[in-house]
Amino acid sequence: MTALIRRFGLGLSALIIALPVFWIVMMIVLPELVMIDFAFRPNLLPAEIGGPKDVYTLGNFQTLVENTIHRAIFLKTIWASAFVTLVTLVVCYPIAYHLAQGTKPERTGFLILLLIIPFWINEILRTFAWFIILAYNGPLNALLSGLGLIDRPIRFLNGNFGVIIGMVYAYILFMVFPLYNSMESLDRNQIEAARDLGASAWRIHRRIVIPHAKPGIATGCIFTFMLAAGSYAVPALLGSPQSRWFTEIIYNWFFEGGNWNQGAAYAIVLLALCLGFILLMLRVFRVNLGDIAK
Amino acid sequence: MSQNVELDRVVMRFGAVTAVREVSLEVRGGEFFSFLGPSGCGKTTLLRLIGGFIDPTEGEIRIGGRDMRGIGPNRRPTAMIFQNLALFPLMPVWENIAFGLEVRGVPKSERRRRAEELLELIALPGYADKQVAELSGGQRQRVAIARALAVEPQVLLLDEPLSALDLKLRQHMRAELRALQKRTGVTFIYITHDQGEALAMSDRVGVMSQGVLQQVGRPEELYDTPLTPFVASFVGENNRFAGRVREAANGHATIETEAGIFRGRNVGRLSAGERALLFVRPERLQVANGGAVENRLTAPVSHRTFEGAFIYLVADVPGSRPVTVQLANTGAVPVSEPGGEITLGFAAEDAVILADQGEG
Repeated sequence: MTALIRRFGLGLSALIIALPVFWIVMMIVLPELVMIDFAFRPNLLPAEIGGPKDVYTLGNFQTLVENTIHRAIFLKTIWASAFVTLVTLVVCYPIAYHLAQGTKPERTGFLILLLIIPFWINEILRTFAWFIILAYNGPLNALLSGLGLIDRPIRFLNGNFGVIIGMVYAYILFMVFPLYNSMESLDRNQIEAARDLGASAWRIHRRIVIPHAKPGIATGCIFTFMLAAGSYAVPALLGSPQSRWFTEIIYNWFFEGGNWNQGAAYAIVLLALCLGFILLMLRVFRVNLGDIAK
Repeated sequence: MSQNVELDRVVMRFGAVTAVREVSLEVRGGEFFSFLGPSGCGKTTLLRLIGGFIDPTEGEIRIGGRDMRGIGPNRRPTAMIFQNLALFPLMPVWENIAFGLEVRGVPKSERRRRAEELLELIALPGYADKQVAELSGGQRQRVAIARALAVEPQVLLLDEPLSALDLKLRQHMRAELRALQKRTGVTFIYITHDQGEALAMSDRVGVMSQGVLQQVGRPEELYDTPLTPFVASFVGENNRFAGRVREAANGHATIETEAGIFRGRNVGRLSAGERALLFVRPERLQVANGGAVENRLTAPVSHRTFEGAFIYLVADVPGSRPVTVQLANTGAVPVSEPGGEITLGFAAEDAVILADQGEG
């Protein structure tokens, strides 16, 4: 603190400290507190607020436990997000490995550019593109029947399939870059040394590359899972009523049901889920937040 | 007995660059063989060729008589020690050493036992469960060697493994490597740009320059009888005189240089009239005060460096590069201060005459 003041003077130091404090308190802490407060109160008429019925209760959370449809959608959101994370990891691992170890440095930049270009377009528009690709009369069905692989078009957009495809596509970069960063720092001689000692490609990955890339894998999985669990646009566009996402229910409580208290409770459950996932990942990959911040 | 390595007219090109030109050579089983050359001479490429990381553009590499083309590093009877060692930092020492055995499906208890044996061999008992990061440079060095030896290779390839160590440790490790090689009987192929290392450890040395194997021989041969001007000036210090052959007979030749007429061994088998270079080592020059020395020259001393056991004099010989003389400090060395004239002499047997192929 004194070092800061000596360097920048009192006025500037106060500003430097005040801005992040303002940011943290006003933008993060207060809204969360308000939401928590909402979540534990019943939904009342304006006249009843502050009256004898306005007490803290777990009723809003009980709704989630008792409503079988909501409960099912919540559990579906968990497994589907985890599945999206797994598929994204499987898709991105070879890409990231190729970028980090398989190409010449001159080409890496070009390949990364190719990966990024689609993301210059708005997420909604990209999701619409998938909507068209996966449509009943869309190009994918045309291609598959043209190749003689299917007799009649498949309804991709009917269940969870379209949602999962759309999410894997939407979050590729959030997985590729942490993986790439962590793999890039691996000394190529270690791979060659392992190969020289007789290791197969599979063992090299299991014993050398994956342990080295663990922080990147954990980071990518956390990003992807949180984005998937909190995604609204992709399930709204590519899903059907049978494949609703938990975020859509939260949205409905707020904007259609007009029950903010109920919505806040659901949102907190989702937040807790994501926090739980982070802790799980840190435990599973035996990394700490410091490794991930790298 | 460990296997030999034969290189048969091996050529390696990377695009327009030829890194290795027509190298043919046999490294005998159980030999400690070094490739010596400046950086960029193609020696690392040669090692990677033998290790199987790349296949030669032309020619054949045989290990134990078997053509190795198309056989990857994981299926060759070779093990490589990388310049930066490439130990696996996330595994404890014993898993590093036993990695090759793990790959081969050796059960864990057996792996552990072998690792402990090898730690014994490299004089690091009790280090099995240490982390790589806890080891010193010399200890890592030895672990890397143990890791390579664990797979019982026929041929061990070493890519300047001592270059990261400080001088004292390097000298210690030289002796240790040599002893280890003798004990295990494995063929060692060692790469270095440090001639001291190559001469001190090797049974034979191959000197390389610009992708060409210049000369192969025992360290003494390379030092006493270099066959090319490159070897003469790269291996050890040498003084060089350029001139023309006057006459040649009985394995000796006389050449006429601007510094005088000298007789030496006609190693280059030159005949009269050819352009020639004469090389004579600084320690073979002596201060000739009226003694019966065959070749003589007189020149002013420009520098004098005292190094304890040795005294170096540099003389400015007209029409030649400065000549360095190394005199053993026996107490009887005449004090030649810079500025004074000195008469130097050398025996014809101590001078080597080679063909002058232009600047080289």
